[in-house]
Amino acid sequence: MHTTTIIGLEVHVQLQTKTKVFCGCSTAFNPSNPNVQTCPVCLGLPGSLPVLNGEAFRLAVKTAMALNCEISPYTKWDRKQYYYPDLPKGYQISQYDLPFSEDGFVELEPQETPEGTVPGRRVGIIRAHLEEDAGKNTHDETGRGLDSQVDLNRAGTPLVEIVSQPDLRSPAEARQYLEELRLLLTYLEVSDCNMQEGSLRCDANVNLHIHTDDGHKIATPIVEVKNLNSFRNVELALEYEEKRQLEQWQKTGQKIGDVPKETRGFDATRGVTFPQRGKEEASDYRYFPDPDLTPVLVSEAYLDAVRQSLCEFPADRRKRLAAAWQLSGYDVGVIVGQGREFAEYFEEVAQLGQDGKQACNWVTQDVLREMNERGQTIREFPLRGAVLGNLLNRITQKQITIKSAREVFAALLSETHAGQVLSAQHIDQIIAEKGLALVTDTGAIDAAIAEVLAKNPKIVADFQGGKQGAIGPLVGQVMKAVKGADPAAVRNLLAEKIGQL
Amino acid sequence: MSTPGLPISELLSLLHSGRLTAVDLTQACLDRIAAQDGRVGAFLSVDPQVSLEQARQIDQRRGRGEPLGLLAGLPVAIKDVICQKGTVTTCASRMLEKFVAPYDAHVIERLRKADAVLLGKTNMDEFAMGSSTENSAYKVTRNPWDLGRTPGGSSGGSAAAVAAQMVPLSLGSDTGGSIRQPAGLCSVVGLKPTYGRVSRYGLIAYASSLDQIGPFAQDVRGAALLLEAIAGHDMRDSTSVPRDVPRYTETLETPLQGLRIGVAREHFAPGLDPEVERSVRESLKVYERLGATLHEISLPHQKYAVAVYYLVAPSEASSNLARYDGVHYGHRAAQFESMVEMYSASRGEGFGAEVKRRIMLGTYALSAGYYDAYYLKALKVRRLIRNDFDAAFQQVDLIATPVNPTPAFKIGELVNDPLAMYLSDIYTISANLAGIPGISVQAGFSSGGLPLGLQLLAAPFEEERLLRAARMLERETEWHLRRAPLVG
Repeated sequence: MHTTTIIGLEVHVQLQTKTKVFCGCSTAFNPSNPNVQTCPVCLGLPGSLPVLNGEAFRLAVKTAMALNCEISPYTKWDRKQYYYPDLPKGYQISQYDLPFSEDGFVELEPQETPEGTVPGRRVGIIRAHLEEDAGKNTHDETGRGLDSQVDLNRAGTPLVEIVSQPDLRSPAEARQYLEELRLLLTYLEVSDCNMQEGSLRCDANVNLHIHTDDGHKIATPIVEVKNLNSFRNVELALEYEEKRQLEQWQKTGQKIGDVPKETRGFDATRGVTFPQRGKEEASDYRYFPDPDLTPVLVSEAYLDAVRQSLCEFPADRRKRLAAAWQLSGYDVGVIVGQGREFAEYFEEVAQLGQDGKQACNWVTQDVLREMNERGQTIREFPLRGAVLGNLLNRITQKQITIKSAREVFAALLSETHAGQVLSAQHIDQIIAEKGLALVTDTGAIDAAIAEVLAKNPKIVADFQGGKQGAIGPLVGQVMKAVKGADPAAVRNLLAEKIGQL
Repeated sequence: MSTPGLPISELLSLLHSGRLTAVDLTQACLDRIAAQDGRVGAFLSVDPQVSLEQARQIDQRRGRGEPLGLLAGLPVAIKDVICQKGTVTTCASRMLEKFVAPYDAHVIERLRKADAVLLGKTNMDEFAMGSSTENSAYKVTRNPWDLGRTPGGSSGGSAAAVAAQMVPLSLGSDTGGSIRQPAGLCSVVGLKPTYGRVSRYGLIAYASSLDQIGPFAQDVRGAALLLEAIAGHDMRDSTSVPRDVPRYTETLETPLQGLRIGVAREHFAPGLDPEVERSVRESLKVYERLGATLHEISLPHQKYAVAVYYLVAPSEASSNLARYDGVHYGHRAAQFESMVEMYSASRGEGFGAEVKRRIMLGTYALSAGYYDAYYLKALKVRRLIRNDFDAAFQQVDLIATPVNPTPAFKIGELVNDPLAMYLSDIYTISANLAGIPGISVQAGFSSGGLPLGLQLLAAPFEEERLLRAARMLERETEWHLRRAPLVG
């Protein structure tokens, strides 16, 4: 017997517009001042009417393009009706049967895992539609029965709901999909995808296909796990469900269709999912077209204009960087995965340094490490790409060694203070101060070599006898004598001189 | 004739010449309300201090020689379905008994800009659902022509206020006839504009795809003037149409030449009161005398209008009224154990019977399994009704119909027979379904002295044609000069 896990994700993404989707109120995250970013429209006051925010629609269209969706030439708004205190109108303006976009996909890169390479895959997108967010309820958790409170600052924030096909086959892959989605949307600057602030939220649908030894395939009942608030929790909840659903099937034999679809929550502290009373179990949303809004006609000219405004997608950038700088899939994955500004930083460094692999090593190791230690984003990082590129160029031009460059790098960073951006002139200064300039005076090197060879006849004999490794200590001694010499050049010269002996 | 009952052109010239101040006129309205409204019951709230202060400021500006807006000190009463900042706006419902609107509707902004004096909020059927103003949670409004009869509805308060000469002008809203029907029953002029002509921003929604705000006045000029003041595009209403507003008052006196009037056989079906039919026929003769030609047309889907309306309007209403849940504003029940109970108790206590009936009808029509058979089918027939009108307006300039099947009915006569009440809107409903404009103009009196009206319908955005045609009849017949026989 073996099992296949079937996962589909519903992701809600807040679009980063300045104002709400149907009124002019601010969308700023402002939980400490409840109900200040509100007006008659988002409060649902009698007589108020929604007006579509064109920028929200434009960002939604960008999102759909990034998801390779078909964008409908005609779309409309529907009311999804249910009662909840965070929903001031008693309905949510959403899209039902004619979403503005459908039928797309997200490309997942191949993954290196301890078990080997997982090939890249395409995850289907059923639809992406635009809707308004609800407010936020806060309930008394002291157990003293105090009032629940409602904050409508968030009510009316534009959301795109992205529904994937049940194409994901493991919790890790679900996480990979979410990471790729977040990367895509932050690249396009349509959303900041900040899960702590709720600008990216995820519900997961999961069940198992059990393949029995006698050749039968049995599907377990589908479970929806709601309100997963981190990628890690998505993965943990799904891993838990894999185990739980198998045990449940072994215990009860229940198959899909035997019980209604169950909604579960995830308790992150205990690492378990638990049954929730699903609001849709009993409710009928009574969708109907919102008569307060007119349908949207989307022209080819409009789509062209939006297309013009798109930046390069992460997948395309990975391909381009790998080809342009002869980098591995892993390397470009790390560079592109750090976000658009990081990849731009890399490209600047590589261009100026004239060495892609060198730039990659520095950016993905030294820069990333320093950034993380300082808790900075690449935008905040004081050593700009132009300066680092200049430094690496000196390695390429054999003016300094890699080791010396590390010293310059550390020295540059130690000179930075808050917000200060260093210029390339500092590099010359530091090289001069520390005497790091590569010595190309072959006279000095020749003298040192002669001295070292004379002092180490045994090693010379070993090398002549075929012990290639014997030359190492000799290189070290020459380097010690001539600070700033290029080790590769020293090694070659040494071999040459021994050959002449 | 009391001062507020004078023809609009006379009131305007008195105001412009300084022989009548806005304060005097406002005071005359307040006096008339004080004297008559105890019997008529047109108003839900009046704030004399606020109205007089507005009038005082207009007079001061006139005194300083500043240019004034179109309404130049004319008082306008407002149906209590329209939000006026700082004013309790109840929709004649317990649900909104204490709701103070924190903003002005678009039409209120327009009225302030046009230098109107906002004079009181008028009674109506709760949430504009009804045809007699008996569904108000607060009071019954009586027809000034016969206090034992209803003024019609749902804008009965606004119609009665003008008919009783308490104000020269008022605003109503019309979802299925709620301006035209009471105008006809009270012998005033009432106009429902094309859907999208007047912004609905700040109009508390009953059925969003049908609702329009429109004017009531003693005469056609008053209706033209008030429409001119409130019509026009508003960014805050997506269904408002960006289209220039003609100067209705400037063309009003120019009769229409070669007018082709359509008469639909469907409008003279059984159930039509013979005296109503007679007055319509006589009005048509007047038009013929003025050079118009009559053309028989057919509106084959007219017979489905009431059925379609009672699917579309309650469906939208069931959704529009979901926001009255006791959470954020409005009535909240004092006692409940759970959230669901809070909802059901608050709504159960806050809404009256007719509102509940329509919410249930609409909820049912939109439910899974019924949507296609009811709501969707209704939308399809609605399109056919519009197509009928489009075809008719290829042949004719206007369609003339009765406004009401009968003269004003007695208070209490139809309250226990909702279906008969619904049928009182049979002639007016299809204009809302088609989104076309309609006007109700005075067309005589029954043998019992009750007002009778004529409805004229036109193609979208042909309000100017409606007003000019109505003015032709008015000038010939002078029915509009008769005033309700109230003492005082």
